[in-house]
Amino acid sequence: MAFQLDFGALLQYLGLFLEGTAVTLGLTAVASFLGISIGIAGAAALRTRCAACRNLVKTYVELIRNTPFIVQMFFIFFGLPSIGFRLTALQAAALAMTINLAAYAIEIIRAGLEAVPAGQAEAGRSMGLRPALIFILILLPQAFANVYPALVGQITITMLESAVVSQIAVVDLTHVADFIQSRNFRSFETYLVITIIYLVLAVMMRRLLAHAGRGLFAGRAR
Amino acid sequence: MEFTTWDIARNLLLAAPLTLLLSAIAFAGGGLVGLLLLVVRIGPCKWASNCVMLYVELFQSTPLLLQLFLVYFGLPMLGIEVSAWVAASVCLTLYASAYLTDIWRGSVDAIPRGQWDGSASLGLHYISQLRLVILPQATRMAIPPTVGFLVQLVKSTALASILGYHELVRTAQILTNATFQPFLIFGLVALIYFAICYPLTSLSRDLERRLAQK
Repeated sequence: MAFQLDFGALLQYLGLFLEGTAVTLGLTAVASFLGISIGIAGAAALRTRCAACRNLVKTYVELIRNTPFIVQMFFIFFGLPSIGFRLTALQAAALAMTINLAAYAIEIIRAGLEAVPAGQAEAGRSMGLRPALIFILILLPQAFANVYPALVGQITITMLESAVVSQIAVVDLTHVADFIQSRNFRSFETYLVITIIYLVLAVMMRRLLAHAGRGLFAGRAR
Repeated sequence: MEFTTWDIARNLLLAAPLTLLLSAIAFAGGGLVGLLLLVVRIGPCKWASNCVMLYVELFQSTPLLLQLFLVYFGLPMLGIEVSAWVAASVCLTLYASAYLTDIWRGSVDAIPRGQWDGSASLGLHYISQLRLVILPQATRMAIPPTVGFLVQLVKSTALASILGYHELVRTAQILTNATFQPFLIFGLVALIYFAICYPLTSLSRDLERRLAQK
């Protein structure tokens, strides 16, 4: 059987490709912002004296890190409506990605905080700063500088894993591929092109964020 | 026909071995391919080493879901008809091999240069150097992250459901369509995955701690 690859049939869908890319990147941006914010709060909670808070955060991290993303997403999108919590597909996808990234971000930021020398907090105390200010002004910036590459890696992983949100009919890049191949039956070519787009996005994202990091943490990063 | 909670739980528990089987195949196959790739990656041939690097990069920078689609739709174009089961096994094997090669290369890199030089001065050839001196030392370091990766692999097999392979998630979808109890079903599925993955996560952490104490 002679098979000819035919990419020409894909050109007419350029607009859809762009829309799908925008949805994928938009979801990733929202999840990154919210996920890292929760990550900071969670990592802070792990340093408090409240044992219940610490255990709550630990349980959350373990539950998320030891279950597949797709199951978390199905639970949110299909499971939660039956207890009266109804979300659109896009909201459910954003929530699932946020919850997932947050668990990894807590672990990463916690490690970053632990790597900051104890003398830094002590110096802050000796200057009369309140604990909250020590955390925000002294510990957090150094922790971020320590683990910035790991956070960039996790954000990229979240972007790649978001391909699964097409399964609850969010019109992301992968969903665009599903749609096109159902029309032209050129499954392989369509998925190949989309895979290459993801590859370019992932490589560019790492480059750009690493570049931004060099500017942000100039002189701090080790 | 009425489904009791026990019927649902029983059907899910019956599907769990298929998730484990797919994980085991991908891990064994990926380990084998990964070992071969490792030998090339850290070998003397620069060109071949770069090819393996590119292979690893491709798998780590594209979504697993699309890798699955490419294998599932790509192999038939080469004249090989595959079932969802075969496509998932092949794809996850390649996926695992890329990650394992990368993890193991990290362990080999951590071996001091002197070990290579020392074994070379004894007149050992590249393969003997690896087999007798480098790999035995690197293995100890490689075990904790390898177990950690196994957790990632078990979770990754969930995507085989999208191709239609009847593992845990696919079974859960079918049960949901029959019973309209998604909250219970996906909650149970999450618990089953947790029961598989959490012991592995703990094991990996313990091994790492023990290694650090030595």
